[in-house]
Formats: sequence, structure tokens, C-alpha cells
Amino acid sequence: MNSNRPIEENDLQAYVDSQLDPARRAEVESHLAVHPEDAKRVQAYQHQNELLGAMLGPVLEESVPWSLRRPEFLRWSRGLRYGAMAAALVLAVMLGWYIRGTQQEELIYTTLAQQAVMAHVVYVPEVQHPVEVRADQEEHLTKWLSKRLGTPVHAPHLGTVGYELVGGRLLPGREKPAAQFMYQDARGQRLTLYISADSKDGKETAFRYAREGDVSVFYWIDASYGYALSGEIDRERLLAVAETVYHELNR
Amino acid sequence: MDDFKELIVEHIPRLRRYARSLVGNRVPADDLVQDTLERSWARQHLWRRGSDLRAWLFTIMHNIYVNQRRQYQPAAMLDDDAVEATANTRPESAMEMRDLVKALAQLVPEYREVVLLVGLEQMRYEDVAEILDVPLGTVMSRLSRGRARLRALMSGEAQPVLRRVK
Repeated sequence: MNSNRPIEENDLQAYVDSQLDPARRAEVESHLAVHPEDAKRVQAYQHQNELLGAMLGPVLEESVPWSLRRPEFLRWSRGLRYGAMAAALVLAVMLGWYIRGTQQEELIYTTLAQQAVMAHVVYVPEVQHPVEVRADQEEHLTKWLSKRLGTPVHAPHLGTVGYELVGGRLLPGREKPAAQFMYQDARGQRLTLYISADSKDGKETAFRYAREGDVSVFYWIDASYGYALSGEIDRERLLAVAETVYHELNR
Repeated sequence: MDDFKELIVEHIPRLRRYARSLVGNRVPADDLVQDTLERSWARQHLWRRGSDLRAWLFTIMHNIYVNQRRQYQPAAMLDDDAVEATANTRPESAMEMRDLVKALAQLVPEYREVVLLVGLEQMRYEDVAEILDVPLGTVMSRLSRGRARLRALMSGEAQPVLRRVK
């Protein structure tokens, strides 16, 4: 049955987008059969939709960057990502003043943790370049970092606790360069191990724990190296990994 | 509110697609998504549980886009990546896609948003009206004019609009 309502522009648009009820749809179809100009136009619009879908459909298949999957972390991560470099500079200057007359050892400690956390939040959200040298070139990575730090370093293997090495990068330390190794578990959760060779005469110390926003960090000094393990996981789990790191490094 | 996070995460691919269609390049598009997620996270208490989360998120993205619109270059709309990707599989469409990209870039943003929300995101007109906060009739007229303009631009019929300089 024909409703006798004239076919209007809105009907044609809704026909293109399949937003008509079946009855009206049939009426539009009969209209198009006798109005070739409208039929051509409708066809062109349908084709526009197809092209848009074909052109941008693949975006839906792209894997979502790690950094976007953490809405609760975004404000903080972005602020730090953009501000970290400036903050590090300001911090370095302030600490430079503070250093006079302050206990050297305590400073080494806090600097270690701060630099490690900062490096963590800067590089962990990176999708394209989380590391400078990837784990598939581990030998090269180890050689290079050892050379730049002026002392042998290597990335502990954390497979037993579910983390695989992603790779590593060179970073500025307090006096000497530092190294960062990045690890990732099966779900894409990342941890970083920051190793600094700054602690010249450091004695072995106990683990210390700190928390900056969502990032937990365990840090310690062992045989002239400062270590800091950072991650957005709970304290217990991070401690278990830190113990594995310690064990692996002292084998 | 971990389940709110899970609900949001589900919509990220669509938010990314729409952002990409609005601003083109991946990096500024993902920045727009990030701004949207940030704001929605901060305002999650304002979302009525059970209402359409997708429309709510798109509304937030639209508002941010409108405020930031000036910083996007229409000419940079849609980098060639997406076109390139399909050019390999469907070379015959690649030319048309390039034309469409150019034509889209020449639409006024108000038309472009409607054409994309309807044509690309396949949204219902009522939802589009809600997201853009305009009457349904406005959606329909923008859609009609936007599509006609796109068609004309793509077929080379449209003459560039010359502005009279006073």
C-alpha cells in the first residue's frame, strides 16, 4: 500500500543510510525507478559511504596504542611525557644546590629512584620507539651499554616471572650515563630496570620502596651499581620481580 | 571503577577512526582520542549508566574538536596512509579515495562532521543530532548539502568558490 506521502529529500538520505522502515523503503524504491536523476544521486551517495568505509575501516583493525588503553593514567602520563625533560632539568639544578652539605649517599638514593621513575614514564608509553636497541640484538645491546657506562652491565632474564626483554636504551645519569632495560609480559604490561653506575663506593643496601602516582619502584645499591625497578603493578608483585632481578644479577 | 574503564576501552577503535577522519594524521588524531579519554575519565560520574556510552564519548570528542578545530589544517585532512593501504589491494578505488579526501577537506567542518558520523560511523540521525547538539532538521540539511557538495567536488563540477575581496 502506498502511503501517498511524497518522497522528500530526507527520505532519499535515509534510504542511502538504510534508516527507513521497510514500507517507506519500498516507496522510495518505486520513486527511484521512475526518477533516474534521484537514483543516480542516491547511488553516488551510497558510493561515498562505501569509499569512506573502505578508506577508514582498516583503522578499526589497528592495535590500540598502549598509552591509550590506560584512561586513568593518561593525564599523568602525558603531563610527564611533555614535562619530564623540563622537570629533569629543573630537578638537576635544584639538586645541584641541595647537594652542598647534604649527605651524598641519601642523594644518590633519591636521585636514583627519581631518575628511574621519570625514565619509566617517559618511555613506557612509547609505541614506536620504546627502546633504542631491541632484544633480538641483545649481545650488541649489552656490549654497547657496557662500553658507554664504562662497566659491564647485562639485562637479567625475567622469563621465570613472566617478563620478556623488549630491549634497552642509554640515558643520562647523575654523573655517568645510565641504562634502561624494558620488559613486557604477555598482556603488554611493561616494567623498566634502570641501572646507574654512579654509586662509586656504594655499599650493598636493602631494597627501598617508593611510589610516584601509579608507578611503584624498588631501588637498591649493590656493588657500585644503583638499580631501580619500576612498574605500574602492585607492591607485592613488583617485589617478587625485584627479587628475581637481584638473584639473576648475583648468580 | 574498573568496569567503566573496560566499557570505554571497547570504544577506542571507533573513536580513533572518527578522529582520524576528522584530523587526518595519526598523531594529532590519537591526541584527540587521548583528550577525549582523559575528559571522559574525569567526568565518568556524569555518564548515566545504561545510556549510550558511544554517543556520550563522541559528544565529548566533538566538543573538544570544535574547540581545537582552528589548530588543524583542513589541507592536512586524512594523510595518504589510509589511501595507500587500500591502493595496494584495490587500485581502482585509490584514485576515487584521493578525490574524496580532497573533497572532504573542502567541506565546512559542520557538514564534514555530519557526513562522517552518518556515512562512516553509520550512526542514526537522532544520535548525530544529540552528539552535535543540533536539531534533527539541521542534521538532515547538513547531510543533504554536504553530500551534494562532495559529489559535485568529486565529479569536478564544482567551481572553486571565489570570495569577493572588499
